[in-house]
Formats: sequence, C-alpha cells, structure tokens
Amino acid sequence: MSNEVNVATQRKLTNKERMKIPRHPMPEQDPLERAKNFLEVPIGYTPEMAMEEAERCLQCKNAKCVEGCPVNVKIPEFIYHTAMGNFELAAQKLKETNALPAVCGRVCPQEDQCEAVCTIGARVEPVAIGRLERFVADWERASGKINLPDIPTPSGKKIAVIGAGPAGLTVAGDLAKLGHSVTIFEALHKPGGVLVYGIPEFRLPKKIVEAEVTYLERLGVRIKCDFVVGMTQTIDELMTEGGFDAVFIGTGAGLPYFLGVPGENLNGVYSANEFLTRVNLMKGYDFPNKADTPIPMAKHVAVIGGGNTAMDAARTARRLPWTEKVYIVYRRSNVEMPARKEEIHHGEQEGVEFLLLTNPTRFLGNNGWLVGMECQRMELGEPDASGRRKPIPIAGSEFTLNVESAIVATGNGSNPLINKTTPGLQSNKHGNIIADDEGKTSREGVWAGGDIVIGAATVIKAMGAGKKAAKSIHQYVMSKAV
Amino acid sequence: MFQILEKNDLAAKVFRYVISAPDVARKAKAGQFVILRLYDEGERIPITLADWDSDAGTIILYVQAIGKTTIMMSLLKAGDSLADVVGPLGIPSHVEKGKTLVALGGGFGIAAIHPIVRAHKQAGNRTISIIGARTKELMLMEAEMRAISDEVRIATDDGSYGAKGFVTTVLKKMIEQKEPMDVILAIGPVIMMKAVADLTRPYGVQTLVSLNPIMMDGTGMCGACRVVVNNKMQFACVDGPEFDAHLVDFELLVARQKMYSPQEKISLDIFEKICQSQEQRETAAW
Repeated sequence: MSNEVNVATQRKLTNKERMKIPRHPMPEQDPLERAKNFLEVPIGYTPEMAMEEAERCLQCKNAKCVEGCPVNVKIPEFIYHTAMGNFELAAQKLKETNALPAVCGRVCPQEDQCEAVCTIGARVEPVAIGRLERFVADWERASGKINLPDIPTPSGKKIAVIGAGPAGLTVAGDLAKLGHSVTIFEALHKPGGVLVYGIPEFRLPKKIVEAEVTYLERLGVRIKCDFVVGMTQTIDELMTEGGFDAVFIGTGAGLPYFLGVPGENLNGVYSANEFLTRVNLMKGYDFPNKADTPIPMAKHVAVIGGGNTAMDAARTARRLPWTEKVYIVYRRSNVEMPARKEEIHHGEQEGVEFLLLTNPTRFLGNNGWLVGMECQRMELGEPDASGRRKPIPIAGSEFTLNVESAIVATGNGSNPLINKTTPGLQSNKHGNIIADDEGKTSREGVWAGGDIVIGAATVIKAMGAGKKAAKSIHQYVMSKAV
Repeated sequence: MFQILEKNDLAAKVFRYVISAPDVARKAKAGQFVILRLYDEGERIPITLADWDSDAGTIILYVQAIGKTTIMMSLLKAGDSLADVVGPLGIPSHVEKGKTLVALGGGFGIAAIHPIVRAHKQAGNRTISIIGARTKELMLMEAEMRAISDEVRIATDDGSYGAKGFVTTVLKKMIEQKEPMDVILAIGPVIMMKAVADLTRPYGVQTLVSLNPIMMDGTGMCGACRVVVNNKMQFACVDGPEFDAHLVDFELLVARQKMYSPQEKISLDIFEKICQSQEQRETAAW
C-alpha cells in the first residue's frame, strides 16, 4: 500500500456530482481460487479508490450515519479526511470512538446500520462506509503511524474486565484512555474472544486482531490469559483480594445449542463452536504439519443453520482440501436467513449448496460414526413469535442426505460459570445476565454487556454495550470515596 | 509461561511433573483438572490434578506418553516451560462425612484418585484404596496412597504383587464378603470404570467415576466432551468430570474417544518419522 498519496484539497463538487460517482466495488479474490485458501476474501481499496469513494459523502450536518452506528463513529469527519488523502487524521478520528476499526470495517453489518441510513442511499447506493473504515484502519497499521492518545494521570482505580472479546476489549480501551488501571481476564490462551475462535481467517485475519490487541496493551491494558473467572478466581475474590473497584462481564454467548434429535452424539456431529475453534483458534487447517489440533476430515459436510456462524462454518469446511460437498441446511427460506447477504453471496460463489426449507430429523450412524442425515422438507406458515413465517413439515417428504460430518450452528446460549459463582447476580430464564442501559447489573460495582446480556448478536452491538458500560464505570469509580 | 520445576520418569511411560502454576494451586480442589498446551500451535489437553501446594504455587501432574503431545511433553526437562496451564476446571469431588470410601485406581488413574482419597481422609472418612498395575515394577504412587488410606489393597495382572487380577477382582471379593462400604470411586481406563459400574450396580452401592472424554476449551464452550448420563446430554468439563457410574453411557464414551483416532495416528507417525531421522542424523554425526 502506498503512503505517498498527494494530500490535495477537496475538490469542489456539487452534491449532484458527488452522487454521480458510482459506489466503488470491493476488489475480491477470485471465488474458485479463494475456495482453496484461507486468505482474506476482500483485497481492500487502494488509496485512490478510497479517496474517490470518500468524495461521494455529502458531509451532512445532521449525519444519520453516526446515529446508525452503535459506537457513534464520527463518520463524516473520518470520510472528509479520507477524501483529502489525510489518512493519518482519518484514523485518529475513527479511533476516537472505535477501538477496533479494522475489525468493524470487516465484520459489521453496515447495510443494517450506518449505510442503511446514509442520505444518498435514498437515491443511489449509499457511501461504502465500512470499506472506507477498513481502508483507513489498514492504512494506519501498514504505515506504522499509530498514534496513542494523551492518557491522563493514573486515576488509581482498578477495573477487571472478564473476557477479551469485542465487548471486553472496548471497555478496556475506553477505561485505559481515561487513566484507569485495567486488567482483562481471558479463559482461552489468546485474547480476542469470538474474533479469534469464531470468525474465520478469510473474513478476519488474526494478525489484525493481534494488532488491535497490541494497541490496547500500548494504552496500558494488562491481559491475563488462561484465567477462567468463576474457577481460577470468582468475581468476589477479584473485588476483595484482587482490589478491583469495578468489574465488567463480557463473557459472550459461548454455550452451544444442539438440536435434540436422535444420533446427535455420533462421531462426526460437531457444534459450530467446536469446528470453528479447532480450525481458527487452534489453526487446525495446518494439521498435521504445523498445528497439532486435529479437525474432521469429511468429504461431505452439512452445516445446520442460517446465521453468520453457519456461513462461517460452511465456507471454512469448503476450504478444507478433502471436502467435496458442503451443504447449508436451513429450515426456512432465504428471505428469513439471519446471515448477512454478503456472506450468503460469498458462500454461493464458493460452491456451498443451500438446502432451504429443509430440517434435519435424525442423524444416521454406522458403528458410532455419522453416515447420513435424515431430513424433512418444510413449507412456510403464519408468522411466529419472532415475526418470521413459521416452518411446517411436509408429511412424507423425508429424504437422506449422505454426509460424514454435520456441524450444528443453530445458536449459542450463555455460559453459566459466572452466574453460578457470583451470588446476587441476577439473570433471566435463558441465563443472560440482567443489566440496565448502562450495563449495570444487580450487583454493586459489577457491569455486563454484549452477548452475555442480549444473547448471541453482533460484534458491534457488543462494542456499543461496552462503550456505554465504560462511561458508567468511569462515573462510578470516580464518585467513590478514596 | 509455566515452568516445570521437577520431572520424574516413572514406570510404563508415565512421567511426574511439578509445575509452577500459582493461580491454579491457590484454588485447586480434589477431583478437578487443568488444560495445558506445550507451545504455540500445540493442542489443548486435559489432565487431572494429582496434587498441589498452594503455598509453593505448584501443581503435580502424572502424564502417560502415548500421543504426540504427551510424548513431546515427556521430552521436556526440569527448567523448561509449558505455554499454558489453565484451571482448576470441573466441579470438585463431593465429599460427605461419616462414610467409608473404596477408591479404585488403575494404572495412572491412581494419580486421579489420590486427591479425592485424601479429601475423604481429611474429612474423617474411612478410606480403602485398591491400586493396580500390570506388574509390580509398574505400580505407581504406592507410598503416597498408603499415607492417606486406612487400607491399601494391591492387584497386579500377573500376580507379581498383591492379588492376581484386576482392581475389580479385589472389589468383587470385598463385596462378596460384605465388607462395609458407602461410596465407591473408580478412575482409570473406560473399560475398567465400566466394569466397576457393572459390578456394583446389582448391589446399589453409590459408585462414582471421573470421565475423560476429548476436550478442547474446558469451559463449556465447544461441546466436544459431551457425554450421556441418565439419558441426558452433559458436558464433562463443566457438569463433571465426576458422574454416577450407574447412569453413564460408557459405550458412547468409548466411541467418542475414538473421534480423532485416525488423525492422532497421522500426527504421531509424522512425529516419529521426524524423531527417527533426527536420531539417524545424530548417529551419523558421531
């Protein structure tokens, strides 16, 4: 990436002229090529592409995009600097409110957030805000010109953050910038949470997560891995013996749901969490040469579910050299699919086959190993409680899908370790911790946010919750008598 | 990093390690385990805690070198470090006072019963340990078990020490002779735990086993370690590892332990080839 872009003054364009510039497509790896590798699918804008795309922004005074963003990134400002070719300033603007821009530029559903409310979107395609965010964050990382904000004198307050996922990293970054001493406790051996165990390399390269984590460490955040709060120490122990003034719980939604149909414990049936963790966190795609963690070696794979995790699992399976066929098995139609359109489209391009209106009823085994999946065709009836049309089985439509591997990606519940070991911490019937708008829980000095509160959702929603909690924690610790 | 402070080569490819892991040692309780990783790119493997010293910040693990990771671990020396040790994990063993415990340990399963027997002893319970090995020279932890047991009974497959036969042979005789016992604990290979469950079921004696399915994260996140107990899916890492032996689906456990057998063999073969060529090179250099 070239750093030598001429810093020009912004061209004087009329709004009409700006809207005439077509939205710049994202250059991508060829689908047939990328289905054989784990390299990132989008290649990224060049500086020229970014500057041109940035000129499409009308610099609205009443910027709806900012409100559309869960962490309120100063979108018109960072895009203004981008259009001017001043990427360093653009990056600083981004980081004022977003600690993980390179991540968000890749995994946020911009089409439902900032870009959904973009003013020009009513007439032409909206400004590619996500792609610009990604470009600016990548440019900054490649340039090495990573500026640290001024950090105030230490406040003397200690804050414990449980879980180094999107919510926890955001809370930690915001509180460190305010001068607090922050320690993140992470159960796994690497920080990042779902960013490292769940989202695959080809969608979010792990070196990007590492760079964002390094930035937090430079802000003074301490990260203690291999530490399971609830087991290694409880929240009460952290607050009494550990001397932490406040605790934030951001443990995510990490308890896999299974289907409850016969044969689910056959060898070859996995949770998406297990499959993705083996491949991503444990680098199973390098087994047996570089990595020691084995992964399933099936020719025919069915992924059950229609969310982003299901797409990640299917596209991951597709890339394993021994895999011949990968199916997405989803009980509703493509209209109801919760996955991002882009992910579905990428999966289709890479050769994932979609079996829609299809529901597994039984796993078939031979000697303890999965050999097939009995499925049933479905049709859509009246809308159910979720507002989506309810799938109804079609009698006599059963058929067998021959697969040796089935990956269950039908959602995650909340991990009960913290709830069980923290007296007085209230949770709902699903095990989600109850927290108010600021993230305050029923326990004094304890906040929670992200999937552990709202159930499995998105990276950016977890980050939004983290931002609010950080603000609230700051007020709390500063008001506490010394 | 977690430094190995001591390493002993015991019988039958079993090694004893004293490892610095202060956070684990501080909170460890009988029946719990850790997950360790040797290096980056290494796999995560669960090992039951055999002992710990919370003041010294150390834990003791017994590991049998049978797969790539455990063989690599057997090549480490005192002073070397492990990349990760996380724990303590799992629900601690439930110790009820006023009971007589009969604990069976087969092979390096003795390491796993050790802290549980001690917890019972400390609670004032009567403890009888039945420990077994193929032959006398391979018997592990006899002195340690004697120190915490009211009685130790020995079984060897070849009869070279104690009773000839398995630990279950000894238990069967005790049951037949109506020796008083309230709780039976069996830890070892699945086939041994299943044999104990089958033996005690008709007598209705409370029987506990500690299950060792394949695990990855050890915190309930992946579901690799799912077992079926009383017809219900349970995760051994967070719902166990200790379960009522009479309700465990052992056949499923045996099948699921073979989940990655083909891959484990590939991994081990490659590793052994590397070791061989290295040996040849070293021999050639001489």
